[in-house]
Parts: sequence; structure tokens; C-alpha cells
Amino acid sequence: MKPFQWLAVVPFIGLLIGPMVHNRLHPFILGMPFPLGWITVWIVLTAFIMAIIYKLDPANHVVPGGGDAP
Amino acid sequence: MTIPLILLGLTAIFALLLGIGARSGHAMGLEEWTVGNRGFGAALVFLLLAGEIYTTFTFLGASGFAYGLGAPAYYILAYATLAYVIGYFLLPPVWTYAKRHHLVSQPDFLAHKYDSPALGIVVSLVDIIALIPYLVLQLTGLGIIVGAAGYGGISNTVAVLIGAGVVTVYVIVSGVRGSAWTAVAKDIMILAVVLFLGTYLPIHLYGGIGPMFTDIAKAKPGFLIFPDKGQSVWWFASTVLLTALGFFMWPHSLASCYTARNAGVFRKNAIVLPIYQLILLFVYFVGFAAVLKVPGLKGAASNLALFKLVVATMPPWAVGIVGAAGVLTALVPGSMITMTAATLMARNLYGAYNKRASNDQIVLLAKCLVPVVMAIAVFLTLTGNATIVTLLLVGYSFVTQMFPSLVASLFPRSGATRQGAMSGIVVGVVIAAWLTFSHASIGSLMPFLPQAIKDLNVGIIALIANVAVLAVVSALTRRSTVAAAESTERHGT
Repeated sequence: MKPFQWLAVVPFIGLLIGPMVHNRLHPFILGMPFPLGWITVWIVLTAFIMAIIYKLDPANHVVPGGGDAP
Repeated sequence: MTIPLILLGLTAIFALLLGIGARSGHAMGLEEWTVGNRGFGAALVFLLLAGEIYTTFTFLGASGFAYGLGAPAYYILAYATLAYVIGYFLLPPVWTYAKRHHLVSQPDFLAHKYDSPALGIVVSLVDIIALIPYLVLQLTGLGIIVGAAGYGGISNTVAVLIGAGVVTVYVIVSGVRGSAWTAVAKDIMILAVVLFLGTYLPIHLYGGIGPMFTDIAKAKPGFLIFPDKGQSVWWFASTVLLTALGFFMWPHSLASCYTARNAGVFRKNAIVLPIYQLILLFVYFVGFAAVLKVPGLKGAASNLALFKLVVATMPPWAVGIVGAAGVLTALVPGSMITMTAATLMARNLYGAYNKRASNDQIVLLAKCLVPVVMAIAVFLTLTGNATIVTLLLVGYSFVTQMFPSLVASLFPRSGATRQGAMSGIVVGVVIAAWLTFSHASIGSLMPFLPQAIKDLNVGIIALIANVAVLAVVSALTRRSTVAAAESTERHGT
């Protein structure tokens, strides 16, 4: 694992642990009960995190059409 | 003929023509039929992978789950997101290896990596046992949707037969291209329908999303958060993790990854797919909106929550459009599953028996098996066999058992051997089957454990046993198979 790839662990922590820490109705997030709102926010954050990983990943700067190095 | 029935009929004809038309200009050899000659760009692969999310299970099941059980339904929203994160790292090496060796199925991959046709046969059998109930579920959902949206104007049996006929024809003619192009139509429709229903119904019936949840919380305290035991936060975390690991182990999902033009497609999609599947949120909103408006649906009937609410609040033509979108959510995954099951039988079972069979013979046999697979599924759908429900539960834990061996095979130094992979998968599958059929839970097996551990998804046990056996047997057999492993290495790089 290259250092930036450890970022991929963050969505797991956010999505899996979050509801354990605060399994309550309030505060509402975006009009939704807390656990559902929390999951929603983390899905959006996951997309951001994957975009950052994509930017940092040297594999995305190789010629298109080819495979990865074996 | 009523308006909804005409719309449903037009959808079936449209799907058929689109599916058949997708073939144009492509000679259907094995790699073309199964994986579109690995020529799909990011958009089509995106839709094929998204097609796995918007099945009848999510359309009816997610709304029904939210309606019937409340908070535990949130897990459906979370697991696919994590699956895409895993896919970012998992799929590019799998794709690269599969392209180099012209692999077209998931058992192909494991059999080739471990240089063991026997492993390919075992994996194929497990896959087929998992796939058939999944197909039955799509057909059952189709019958429910047509029944509800057609106001009972067309019988369940006729609906299932027509749907099965449409899928059979376009799968034989166009293979994965048929699935891909009907997926385009499906996603456009489902997006429009779900976004509209998910915003209109809460606003129209409750005055907004927030007021809707406030009303539900008042009427049913605790419904919107995880219960203290049973489907608790621990159940949620373990289930999300397990299903995320199993996501790409479904043979039709992995096969749809093979269609990609290059490995970068998956990394790009890992950014967009999480956002895209947020649309599921609107399916939940419909399910929750139904809680106070069409109360009293129990058990399997809760899957009708979405349609009951739509029929109660919308004009017939709108019901017809929702039904049409629902029909497509059954046809597209149904076509992927049928094609994959037929490919596994032809290539990985018959092909292992007759090693001299040419690719043209294999693809011909696979096409002949498409109606056979479909006929079995139709029979099981119409007879409503109760074991199917249990098999479906077990299906996900079955395919998840491929995960450890598949990941280990990507690391040359993991030391996993073919004996280890085979024993790990067999032990995992047997334990998963036993746990499901005996309705065991960790709590019932080990009542002395703390509640949090008791609530963990029971599938964890099968997966842990699988990994342990894989490691131990691999360690025991490594020495004796060093020569074989080296030969694999030679073929494998």
C-alpha cells in the first residue's frame, strides 16, 4: 500500500463506525434521522476521497487502452 | 386494454427491439457474446455496474425493507459505496489478468490463477446455485410489478412468461450488448421515476422530507434508528462489510467488469458510482412515505409498499410509467444472470469435461442453454418453491466465499495454494449453507457472548473459517506444490 491509498480506509471507518457512536434520532441531517443522514453525508465524502485517491494514483497517468503493469 | 397495460406492453417490445438491435455489426463469438470483446467505455461499464444496484430487489425490496423494518434498511445504501472503494483496487488487476488470458467468467479466473480446472468446476457449481434463485427473484418481482401496475389486468403467469421470453431472445441474439443497451433505457427511466416519487410523495403527503420523518418518529418511536439488539448497529456494520466484500464476487458482476476497455474505467467509476447510488435514498423516501399512508402490509406483502402507495396517490398513466421502469429493473439483471449461468455451464462445466471444445462450440452451447436456464427459473418462480427464499439468503454468503481466494491469488507471495483455495471455499460454503438452513445466529450458537458479538451477521463465521482453512491448508501443501506453483507463475505472468 502506498501512503495515499490508506485514505481508502477512511470511508470504512466513517460508514461502519459512525452509526455505532451516535444511534439517535436527533439531530436531523438534511431532514433525515441522524443515522440515515450520516450515511448519506459519508457517501458524498467517499466520492471526494476516491477523487483524491484518483488524482494521486500514478496508475491513472498511463496511456489509455493499456492494462496495468503486472 | 388500459393505459398502464399498454405502457407495460410497449416497454416489453421496446426492451426486445433495443436488446436485439444492440447486436448490429458484431459477430457473436465467445468473447463478444460474454464480455463485448472488452470494448466498453466508462459509461457502459458504469451502467452495467449500476445495473446491479437498481434491480427489482432494490426497487421493491429497499422500499419494502424501509417500510417494514425501518432503520436496518439503511445498510443497502452503505454497502455498495464500500464495494466501489474495494473495486478501485481489486478490479484493475483482475481485469488486466483476465484480458491477457482471454478469461470470460469468474470461475475462469480462479481456475486459471490456481491452475486447477477442478477449482473452476467447484466454483461454477456454487455460482450456479447462487445465481438461479437470484434470477427467480427478478422474475417474481416482475410478476408483482406487472400485477400491481396493470391493476390485475394481466395474470402473474403471463407476465413472467412474457418477461422470460423477451430476455431469452435478446440474450441469445446480443449477449452482454443486449444487457448494456437495455440498461441505458432502464437507468434513464428509473432515475426519472425514483427522483420524482421520492421528492413528490413526501412533499405531497407530509409537506417535506423532514416533516415526514418527524411524523413517523412520533407514530413509531425507535423505527428510524437501529434497535438495541438483533438488527443493531453491530449487525449493520458486519452486514455492510460482508456484502461489500461479496459485491463483485457475483459472477455476473465480475463478468460485467471484463467488458471494460481498460483498467482505468473502474478507478474513474469508483468516484461517480457512490453518488449515483445515492438515488436509492429516494427509494427509501417512498418506502417511508408509505409507512403511515398504506399501513398494515406484513411480510412479503411489504414489498408492495411502493406500488400500493403509487396506486393510491397517482393517476393510472403514472402508475403505468412506474411499472414500466420496474419491468426494466427485472429484465436487465435477469439477462445478465441468465447469460452468466449459461456461460458457466457451457464453458466451465462442459468445457472442463471436453477440453478440446472450441470457443465457437462453447458459445453455441451457451446460447442453447439460455432457454434451459430461463425455463428452470420460470418453473421455480411459478411453483413458488419456499426453499428458494432460503437459497437466496444463502446466495450472497456463497459468492462471498470466493473473496479470500481471489484476493490471495492477486498477491504472488500470499502462498495460497490450489488445495488451500479449494478447501477454504468448500468449508466456507458448507458452513454458510448450514448456518442459513438451520436459521442459526451467533447468539443461538454461543449464548455466552456479549450482545454486540451476538448481533454480528452470522456470515462472518463462514468467512473466518474460510480464511483459516485457506491459510492452514496452503501452509501444509505449499512445500509439495512449489514446482506446480512455479509453473503457474510462468503461465501467470
